[in-house]
Parts: sequence; structure tokens; C-alpha cells
Amino acid sequence: MVEGSRKMVSLLFVLSLFSALSDAKLSVTPTKGVPWPMPMDYKTTGKQNTVDAASFRFTTRSVECDILLDAYVRYREAIFGRNADRFHAMRQSPKFVQMFSQEGDIGEVSVDVSKPCQGSYPSLESDESYSLSVANGQVMISAQEVWGALWGLETFVQLVYKSDTGEYVVNDTIISDKPRFAHRGLLLDTSRHFLSTRNLLRNLDAMAQNKLNVFHWHIVDDQSFPYESMAFPELSSKGSYFPESQVYTPTDVAEVIEFARLRGIRVVAEFDSPGHTQSWGLGQKGFLTECYSGEKPDGSYGPADPTLNTTFPFLKQFFAEVASVFPDQYIHLGGDEVSFTCWQSNPVIKDFMQKMSYGTNYAKLEEYYMQNLLDIINSLKRGYIIWQEVIDNGAKVRPDTVVEVWKGGWEEEMEKVTKQGYKTLLASCWYLNYISYGSDWTTYYTCDPQKFNGTDAQKALVMGGELTMWGEYVDDTNVLSRLWPRASAVAERLWSPQDVNFPLVAQPRLIEQRCRMIRRGIPAEPVTGPGTCPVEYREP
Amino acid sequence: MTGGTMKMLLFLFWGFLFSAVSQAQEIPTAPSRGQPWPMPMSYKAGGQLNTIDAATFRFATQGNDCDILREAYIRYREAAFKQHSERLLVVGPLRFRQNNLRFMQQLRGQENALLQQLSVQVSTPCEGRIYPSLESDESYALDVSGGQATLKAQEVWGALWGLETFVQLVYTTNSGEFVVNDTSITDKPRFVHRGMLLDTGRHFLPKRTLLQNLDAMAQNKLNVFHWHIVDDPSFPYESRAFPELSNKGSFYPGSHIYTPSDIQEIIEFARLRGIRVMAEFDTPGHARSWEEGQKGFLSECYSGGTRNGMYGPADPTKNSTFTFLKEFFTEVASVFPDQYIHVGGDEVNFTCWQSNPAVGDFMQKMGFGDNYAKLEEYYMQNLLDIINSLGRGYMIWQEVIDNGAKVREDTVVGVWKWRNFSWSDEMARMTEQGYKVVLSACWYLSRISYGEDWKTYYACDPYSFKGTDAQKSLVMGGELAMWGEYVDDTNVLPLSWPRGSAVAERLWSPQDVNSPVLAEPRLVEQRCRMVRRGIPAQPISGAGGCPEEFGGN
Repeated sequence: MVEGSRKMVSLLFVLSLFSALSDAKLSVTPTKGVPWPMPMDYKTTGKQNTVDAASFRFTTRSVECDILLDAYVRYREAIFGRNADRFHAMRQSPKFVQMFSQEGDIGEVSVDVSKPCQGSYPSLESDESYSLSVANGQVMISAQEVWGALWGLETFVQLVYKSDTGEYVVNDTIISDKPRFAHRGLLLDTSRHFLSTRNLLRNLDAMAQNKLNVFHWHIVDDQSFPYESMAFPELSSKGSYFPESQVYTPTDVAEVIEFARLRGIRVVAEFDSPGHTQSWGLGQKGFLTECYSGEKPDGSYGPADPTLNTTFPFLKQFFAEVASVFPDQYIHLGGDEVSFTCWQSNPVIKDFMQKMSYGTNYAKLEEYYMQNLLDIINSLKRGYIIWQEVIDNGAKVRPDTVVEVWKGGWEEEMEKVTKQGYKTLLASCWYLNYISYGSDWTTYYTCDPQKFNGTDAQKALVMGGELTMWGEYVDDTNVLSRLWPRASAVAERLWSPQDVNFPLVAQPRLIEQRCRMIRRGIPAEPVTGPGTCPVEYREP
Repeated sequence: MTGGTMKMLLFLFWGFLFSAVSQAQEIPTAPSRGQPWPMPMSYKAGGQLNTIDAATFRFATQGNDCDILREAYIRYREAAFKQHSERLLVVGPLRFRQNNLRFMQQLRGQENALLQQLSVQVSTPCEGRIYPSLESDESYALDVSGGQATLKAQEVWGALWGLETFVQLVYTTNSGEFVVNDTSITDKPRFVHRGMLLDTGRHFLPKRTLLQNLDAMAQNKLNVFHWHIVDDPSFPYESRAFPELSNKGSFYPGSHIYTPSDIQEIIEFARLRGIRVMAEFDTPGHARSWEEGQKGFLSECYSGGTRNGMYGPADPTKNSTFTFLKEFFTEVASVFPDQYIHVGGDEVNFTCWQSNPAVGDFMQKMGFGDNYAKLEEYYMQNLLDIINSLGRGYMIWQEVIDNGAKVREDTVVGVWKWRNFSWSDEMARMTEQGYKVVLSACWYLSRISYGEDWKTYYACDPYSFKGTDAQKSLVMGGELAMWGEYVDDTNVLPLSWPRGSAVAERLWSPQDVNSPVLAEPRLVEQRCRMVRRGIPAQPISGAGGCPEEFGGN
């Protein structure tokens, strides 16, 4: 028996003792080679297939493309580690040579994709289903589209574990899988604090490890405007915290989008207006409403000014650029939390209200703004996602609009929004920036987006959900450890069947998932009490 | 106007703008520039600037010299100049650089004094392997004016803190010069014990991270690393006398242990920064992992007259228990040079003792009746006598005194209970009995919550209890605790910093430096300074940006 296995046995021994001690925090034995999120249909036996490390390769059966080729390189590394790790392992273990020249049953993984995939982007309509079988040393992944194949590869890699004797093994397994929801998103806020491109990319890797497929990029907000616009460079040169170092150049943005595409992840950019736009005002004079104290402007600014004839031409040009930069079918337009105080103070706005016969109903003015903006996006042939307020205020929107529900009382809101026939996304119960002590992942895990009063047709309008990591207290120092593996709980809720919902059953798999993420370079924090991972996190 | 100025103005503008907008809850706090954290006892700064040429500036020892100073000069030189943003560094030949500085000053129409050195005067010799202690003199005086800078301290420990302060006074102007304002500081800590507890029993923390954390502690003038090294879940301390303890009791003995050389390195690293390393080996409870490598150390639990395979606290009924402890702690005392050893003594559960017939017999023999607190006291008393015989002082958790054990006069009692418990009353009781106390009850930083919880930590004053001046003077200080249930290498540093900085200022600065509103701009600067110096200190005051963001290490 090699060193590694003895350790594992002694760990199991300790853990099994613990689970019986009354005063000890329950320690849970992690699973080995069980996937996260749980597939729709997952059958496995204890029969092990060894991996032939020397000859191991992925082979494409029919349709080949850039996405597959790139994935093969990544996933090979995910199984066997980077070179550095191997040398590390060599120092640690005298069995190194044996381990990496392991002869085994599995020499290749065949991947069979039906539809051409070269250069394609994932979308809300992507077919993400796949099937995977491991038996008698044969591994086969089949998928209609490449997106399903990517998830199949991720699943396969998660099935690989080290046996007690230190060999890479996979149990006989048959999986037939597809996601419960088509939109499984993660929101990052790069305005309250800047996040480096490097960490955005690392987070995309983490998302792929959990089969999340939408990066909702809340890219700008009141506090800063790090998006570097080609048409309006002043927006970031004046509106970012530090224009030389804390902006996303067109190259950065393109890199993020490409990195995401290769992982089957959509990048939905959010440019929130008319509220949450203070930073726009610094580089785009006249965009925001001037607030008045008495008769005079007091130097402060409110939401975008819908009364000026410059506002919408600017927005049209700006969003035409956004549509050219972000290939996704959807643009997120925000529309949340518009404060009326400043509008109410401004005499020009008051005149406009009168002219439009809005009386003192400023929600009408907000609707007027949003309607104009939505028409612009419509003319750019893009769909839009909006925060719930836009619908609450009665704006007319395209039938394919996706409404994101974020406020409390989400059950009623989801019922209302779907009754009007809109597609909807739930974010309310997954505000992961709100931290609390202990295993809060169980709360996220048990929130079900279809748990509201409504017909089957209404339920079918639930596209999925998004976890949010708003940026008030989050930056490069803590964003990844705060997200993961708490976000993994949401990821399983959005992917796996509704009845996979018992935290105690999920916990051993979640621990394995955390340790797996750590091994693959993500600083996923401990969320289930005391314990350990065989490989601890090291800054890459 | 350079990019730098514009940005700073923009930043200030922002703070102003936001305060006028009703809906904005998140006002980016404009950071201070070149102000120290924690706030010195007496701190006067003028507007006159002294310019520093990074290439020629030096620390100059006047009088006593030693390894601690020399090492510190290397570190602080780097802290002051090396890691500032490269675009701010003026590069090129020396003459050009100096001309350039002059040129920039002429542009501004002012001439700064050029500060060429900081002279450092330590009165007490510091050569040799000296260690900081509870009795260290940590005071210092620092003067910068008209191109002259002097740091004076009685002991080298004060000089270290003075160097830290000096480096915090250095900032870069908008044109990229390193400058220090004319400043006069007289400083000493309010409390002598300013600790931080890390728990390596519940999750392992690699040596590298412990060292990084010691650097962060020094940046905040914390001076005690309370190393809660083992606990129920694992025993990562590698004992020379009892190697099985970590072989069998650690999570992974190949990688998740602290070898004697690891520990030596940590202690030396701490010593050079004026930080004591106080190890805690907690017994008789919290000792589950000991049993793996030391069979028979724990009480066996019984169900219905037979052993049920479970274990309780250490077994005080066996002679072998104390023989083992004597040998074990003799080693601990030889490994850890600090005057104090923390022997734990918290949260002893009596259930298992109650089930064990041998323990029952012993209770009868000793005339303890069914008062198991007496048995606990018996255990602790024996342990304390062992430590006493080793010539060491001890720190203990409050329960030991609550249960009535007799302890050495110089014992330090850690007051930690916070759940349905008044720590103020406990502090009053302890000091009334004449014990020295260290407070951690209000600084459980592991218990995270959303938002700016640093203000709560900042507001907690260890003197907030009813007692005489004599009682107050028994308060040695406090400790922030980062227990390890949900903390490991992935998150320990961002969760600890700069939340730990709030505690550090409470323990160092005068009692009346207690307004979070006044502290916040300095704390924002301190966070960004820590980030620049390689510590992933997380944002704690809402939206904002540091000029240099954390980039890993």
C-alpha cells in the first residue's frame, strides 16, 4: 500500500469516529469520482477502469471543431495536472514514475458530436444534453451539439479519481444528462470594485466546472465605468477608478468572450440605466439629470435625462457598439432602482412631464425612457434582459424579453411576470455577496425557482436563475473564495432534477467538488466545517 | 496635471458627489495619504514635505546595531519603495533622477527638503537571539522635519514599530515622488498583549500563509501569534518525542504537518518582527486527535457497561497521562521560547467521564462526589504544576478559573465566552481575583457577517467593565480569533485583514481614538497599503479602488 492510501484510510478512520462523537462537529467523508452537479440520470457500479496515462487521449468521432480541440487540452490537464504539479508530486511521492506511466484500460475517450460547431457561440437555445458511458475500458461521449459534449467532458473528468493504490481510475458509469434550466447564470459586478481580467477568466473556469453557462457581467454602475468604449473613450478615461490599470480594453473584453465561448458560456453584458449611472456622467456630460436645490442646479446628478434630445442618439450609438462587441443574443439593460428625487427637482423635467401629460407620475417618465431604450435595442436585433421594475412599471417589451426577479417576495413576482407571458429568471434567493456564518449553501441549495403558484405553462417560462456577487465588499482579494463552492450549490439547483434537493445527501459530493476545484486552481473555501483536501490550495 | 492627480481629484469629487445623491448608500471613502495605522499615542503632522530619493535613501543605525535591525531595514526598504506602481517610479541615472525631482518641484514652485536617511537609535543592546516578551518596551519616538529624520527607542522592539510607522508615512505624490510630511510622533501601545489566534487544527494552514500573516500582523503592530495548533479534528504539530501524534493524528502526515524546522522558521520570522509565538496545546477537551497517536490518553466512553468505541476528554485517572504530558510539554517548552504556553482548558464535556466506571471509581476515591468540575480542576492543576516545573508561565481559557483551579500568579486568563454570556462581568470577576486577562470575546472574526462589521470590533473596549484602576491595569490586552471551521488557505488572509486591523488599533491606540468615521479613511489607506505589500486584504468600506489591486503573489 502506498503512502497516499494509508493516509486516506487513517482519515476515513478519524472521520468515522467523529461522526459518532456527540460534541464534535460532524465531519463528512467526501465521495470519490461522483459528479457535481448531479446528472439527470446517473448509474454507476463499483467496477473500476484504470486510465492508461501514457496513451490517454480524446478523439473526435465525427464533427471536429476549435471548441473540442481546446477542451481536450484543458481536460487532459484537469485529469493529470500541470507539469509543475507533476514535479511537485514527484518530490512528494516515490511512486511518481509508476503513476505517470500507468498502464490501464482506458486509452481514449471518444467524442461524438452531431452538428457542426466550428466558431459557434452558445445561446439560450443551445442543446446542452449529452450521454456518457464508461464500460470495459471504453469511454463514449455523444451529444447533439458541442455544448453538450463540453459538459460531458467535464463530467467525465469528474468521474476520474485516484484509487487507494494511487492509480487514476473511473468506475463503470452510464449517464444521460441535460440541464433542468437553460439559463444558469453568475453575476459579477466590476463597478463597485474592479476585478482583473485574470480573475474573470479564472471564474469562467470555475463556472465551467459547475456547468453554469451565463456570465452576467454587471460591468458598470454608479461607482465606476471600467468598460473602455471605442466610440466614447471618455466614459472610462474619466469614469473608471484608474484608467490606466482598471479598465477593460476591447482586447480584454474579446478575450473574456472567447474564453467563455470555448467553455460553452455566454457573456451577457449589463449596462444598467437610467439609474445606477453616476459614473457615466463623468465622461458623458449632459447624460445625467441635473438636480436642483431651489432655483439652481446644486452640482449633483440623478438618473439619465430622458428629456434631452441628445440622450437617445448617444444611447443608440453606444449600444450599437455594445452589440458589435458582445455577440450574445441578449443585452441586459438594467432598469432597477430609479430614484425620482432628482427628476422631481429639475424644472426642465417638470415641463416635460407636463408636455407629456404624465402629471406627477414619474414612473411614466421612467417607462418613457425604458421604452425608447428598448426600441433602440430592438432595432439592433437583440433581445434584452431587464430587472423586474421595468415590467412592474408597465413598459411594453418584446415578447422574448427575459425578466430578472431580484427583490424579496419573488414567488408572487414570478407568478405575476409569467402570467403576463414573460420569460423569467430568479436571482432573489441567491445573493451570495450577503455572507453569514456557517454553511449557508444549504439555503441556496433548497431554493427552487419553480416553487410559486402558477400553471405548467407559467413554470415553463422560468429560464433559470442567477447567483449574484455584488461588489460592495468584493474584489480580487476575495471574490473567488467567496463565490466557490457556495455558487456550486446554486449550480446544482439549476442543472439537476428538482428532486435532487437534500443537503445531507449532497454534502459529501460538495466536499469532493470543492477539493476538485482547489486541485484545478480555484480557491474554493471550506463550507462544511473542519476537514481537509488532499491537495490544498496554492496561489497559481 | 498628470493622470495620477486627475484620478485622485476624481476620487475626491466622487465622495463629494455621492454624499449629495440620496439613493447612493455606498459612498466611496477617500483614503488618507501617508497616515499611520494604528494611530500613534501622539501624532503631529505638518504640511511641509520631505522628498525621498529611493535610490540613495538609507536607514542609519546610530549606536546599538543588531540582526533584527539589519533585517528590518531590508524589509522596510522594499515596503517603502519597491512595490509602488512601476509607472510612479522615476527611473534613470541618479543625477537625472535628482534633477528630475528638482525639476518637478520647480514646476510646482516649491522646494522640498531632501530626506536622505532615517537615523535609528536603540538604547538597549539587541545583538544575539533575544525575543520579545510581555515585558518588552515597545515605545519609540519618530521625528521628521527639514530633511532630517530620527527614530529613537529604548529597545529594538520599539524601533521595529517606529520603522513600520515611518514606512507608512511615506507616500507618492501625484507626480510620482516619494514624500513624507514633517511629522512628530511619540508612541507606545496601550496594551502589551495584542494577539491574533489562528487555528490550524480544524483546517491546515501552510507555513507560507502563517509567515504571510505574521507580516500582516507586523503591519498592524500586533505582537502575539496565538497558535491554536492542534484540536479535535487534527494534530499537525510534529513532535520529536511522540512522532505518532502527527503521523496518525494529522490530516495528511506527508504534507499537512509542521515539522520542527517549519516551527523554528515561523518563530524566527516572528522574532525578527517583534512578534511572540505562543503555542496552544488545548486539553483535556478538544483533544480527540491526540488519541490517534497516543493510545490511552483519552477517556473511553461507555454505553450500558461496555466501551462504545468513542472517546472523551483526557483521562486524569491514569498516571501515564501526566507522565506523557510532562514529557510532551518539556519538548514544547524547548521548541517554543516564549515565556507563556497556552494550555487551553475550555469546553470540557463531562458526558464521557460520567459513563466511564474507572473514572467513577476515581471520583469516589478522591471524594469529588459527582462534581466533575472537580475532576477537571484536578487535571488542570496537575498540568499547570508540570508547566510551572518547566519554569514557564501559562495562559488558559476562562473555564479553568471558573472551575476554581489554583494557578500561578502570572497566569494570563483568556476571556472568550460570548454566547449568552457577559464578558464584562467575567473580566470584572477575573481581575477582582487578581488575574491578568486577555479579551477575545468580542473579536471572533471567524463569525462573519455582511457589511462593515469592523466597526463593531473597533468599538469594543477591553476596559468596558466595572472595576478599580488596579483591576483595569490587569488587562494585558486582547486577541482576535480566527477559528478554523470555515477557514483555510483559500480565504484566511482576506477574512482576517483588514478586519483584524480594527482590533489592532483598539489594542494599540489611546482609548479615545474610537470614532469609526474618523478611522475609516485611514483604514482604507491601510488596506490598500497592505494590498500593495502583498496581503490580500479585502474591501470593508463599500465601493472603491486601490491604486494597486491585489495580484496574487
